Amino acid sequence: MIDFLNSIIVLLNFIIIPGISYGSQLALGALGVTFVYAILRFANFAHGEIMSFGAMITILFTWYFQSQNIGLGILPTALLALPVGIIATIILCIISDKFVFQYYRYQKSVPVVLAMVSIGVMFVINAIIRIIIGTETIKFSDGQKFIMKAKQFKVMTGLNEGLALKSSQVITILITILLLTFTFWFLQKTKTGKSMRAFSDNEDLALLSGINPDRVVFTTWIIVGVLACVAGTLYGLDKSYKPIIYLNLVLPIFASAIVGGIGSPFGAVVGGYVIAFSEIMVTYAYKKFFVYLLPSSIEPTGLVQLLSTDYKFAVSFSILVIVLLIRPSGIFKGRVL
Amino acid sequence: MMKFERYEWVAITIMISLFIFVGFIQGWSVSLVILNMCIISAIMTMGVNISWGYAGVINFGVMGFLAMGGLAAVLVSYPPIAESWQVGGRGLGISFALLFVLVIAVMYINKTVIQKRNRYILNSLIIFFGILIIRHFYLNATHNIEDVNPAIAGFLGGLGLPIIFSWIVGGLFAAGVAFVIGKVALGLRSDYLAIVTLGISEIVVSVLKHEEWLSRGVKNVIGLKRPVPYEIDLQNADWFINLVTYLNSSKLNNIIDVSDRQQVLNNLIIDGSGIFVKLSYAILFLIVMLIIFYFANKAQLSPWGRMMRAIRDNETAANAMGKDVVKQHLIIFVIGAAIVGVAGAMLVTLDGLFTPSGYRPLRFTFIIWIMVIVGGSGNNLGAIFGGFVIWFSWIEAAPLTTFIINQLTIGLEPTNALKLHLLDSVPYFRYLFMGLILLLILRYRPKGIIPEKVRHS
Repeated sequence: MIDFLNSIIVLLNFIIIPGISYGSQLALGALGVTFVYAILRFANFAHGEIMSFGAMITILFTWYFQSQNIGLGILPTALLALPVGIIATIILCIISDKFVFQYYRYQKSVPVVLAMVSIGVMFVINAIIRIIIGTETIKFSDGQKFIMKAKQFKVMTGLNEGLALKSSQVITILITILLLTFTFWFLQKTKTGKSMRAFSDNEDLALLSGINPDRVVFTTWIIVGVLACVAGTLYGLDKSYKPIIYLNLVLPIFASAIVGGIGSPFGAVVGGYVIAFSEIMVTYAYKKFFVYLLPSSIEPTGLVQLLSTDYKFAVSFSILVIVLLIRPSGIFKGRVL
Repeated sequence: MMKFERYEWVAITIMISLFIFVGFIQGWSVSLVILNMCIISAIMTMGVNISWGYAGVINFGVMGFLAMGGLAAVLVSYPPIAESWQVGGRGLGISFALLFVLVIAVMYINKTVIQKRNRYILNSLIIFFGILIIRHFYLNATHNIEDVNPAIAGFLGGLGLPIIFSWIVGGLFAAGVAFVIGKVALGLRSDYLAIVTLGISEIVVSVLKHEEWLSRGVKNVIGLKRPVPYEIDLQNADWFINLVTYLNSSKLNNIIDVSDRQQVLNNLIIDGSGIFVKLSYAILFLIVMLIIFYFANKAQLSPWGRMMRAIRDNETAANAMGKDVVKQHLIIFVIGAAIVGVAGAMLVTLDGLFTPSGYRPLRFTFIIWIMVIVGGSGNNLGAIFGGFVIWFSWIEAAPLTTFIINQLTIGLEPTNALKLHLLDSVPYFRYLFMGLILLLILRYRPKGIIPEKVRHS
């Protein structure tokens, strides 16, 4: 029985909790990509950089607040700076729309041209970020680092295995729940949300019913800004902030959005968790888990690892390819590609 | 034969004069270094342009195909390591034979089992257990190979042939990978095809990074043999010394003191050998570029090229005319990838080393795409022009930015924090330039600087 509990704790500590927090970050990112896709109808390659930009502004203001000795006690100061970051990100989104994307929308350009344009935007934001903050790794989480340390847990329960709970993980999960609830409530219950869904479903019909497209697009960018900034900041808080990571993060985010069913917000969230869990589960060495669970005579000798951790990144894409082969419209039927 | 319009002659003149200009300002060595990379970029750009410009098939897997070309350069030119083959060759052979059997089995199941659910269950079972068995042989073999003298070897080595053969092999490697990718992904809507090809190229690179038995992975392969002479051999070759003496005879005759004259001659020989090597590379690359350019243009003007344009402009109509759109898409995707693969092998040849971790999408996929868009998709000369101009500005952006920042902040003290910070971030301004160039071209000249010619014939 103790062995069984120990093995469960191992799973919780190394797979489930990291999986949920990484999955939440991906889900928020994928939700942003999905919004742009559903309303503006293009694949936004700049999304990772928008996330990075939001995180950067948050970091700058975190530093400012820290220098002024303003803090939140045990909570990270970044939470205080987050609203500023969100506002800056929204402004960035709206500026990029006004000066860049709007023109092509009025021209009714094909999606692939808009995707190219978003690559241009990606380069510009990328440059701005590097010019302002450089390329170094930045750790900006302060406050209490752990809610529960592995040692505390061992003492508390008397088990062999410890369960560590980082505060950044808990914050990530709580904020994600809050934000997702709000987003879905907004989409389902408010008038603006309903008009957005109508616009996404059938643009001509929506225009015919008197929905103002500019307003819908404006609201979309606000939501995208909020989601991107929060996702970027949470990722930076949980791991650490490094501009190049966000460029690489675009790929798993796209994978999540497509796996879940592109254009479907709920699918994007599920896709995020699917990708996160598969990345972690496929590359985790299960030796410890089986050592607790199996009698010592048939204990595994190897690491019991399906793929080496080097391939973490490749996993999300393999899943993307498999899903596209078996079910091209994603898990939750989005638009058929 | 191809005829150039007047504006195309202007473009060619601009390209040539850029290098002469740099040659005079920064020296001929710098100019030739940039020229060599420009030619390679132009070849990559032509590869992408063939699939995107001719047929509208998007290919964001440039990085992966380049890496395959680079792998070809290693596998062709590196001398074989007998010991590695001895310890691991058989295990690898067995695992690949088993993999082949597995693939056949899956294909057989797909053919014979009709019911969809049974097919999935049977397939996943056989793949799971098949991989378990293969892993056993495979991991043993690769482990043994990687243990052979890990500091300098630790991989299988290559064939030990002249590296120039790898340019063709690189094309074939890339074509092979492209065939698999195309089978899986073509048929998706264009922007999803972009994401999927980008992702698969990431997988290709991560395999090259971590399968050390094949490519030495992150330990890199260095010291690949060159197709051109080494500087040190040139400096000791009589004919080369005579050539340099002959070319600079007027300058040398003006110096009367014998030891001074020898000193100057030695310096000239050292400089000259470097330039000679780079020039030989440039000539080799130029020949490849012109061959590809010639055939790409021929293909574009042929009935096949016309069919491709028809497919690009209206898939449904082309399909109705009896053209096999799926098959043609696959063909052109493979051809484009093969050309990129050739460029990848040339890139490794030029550097003389293979660094899998150096393949990054920003540098090797997106920049190439900017070259295509800026140059003009559907026009081969445009592709070359885009490759030249963008690579040139990529390199020259840093000195230019330094100059501009110094001019703008001329009123500030040299220790001013803002000025120092800006000067520190000079390398990142090139991304800004690239983004702005792309956005401006897409906005004001969406068909590129040298647009596709509309042919009415």
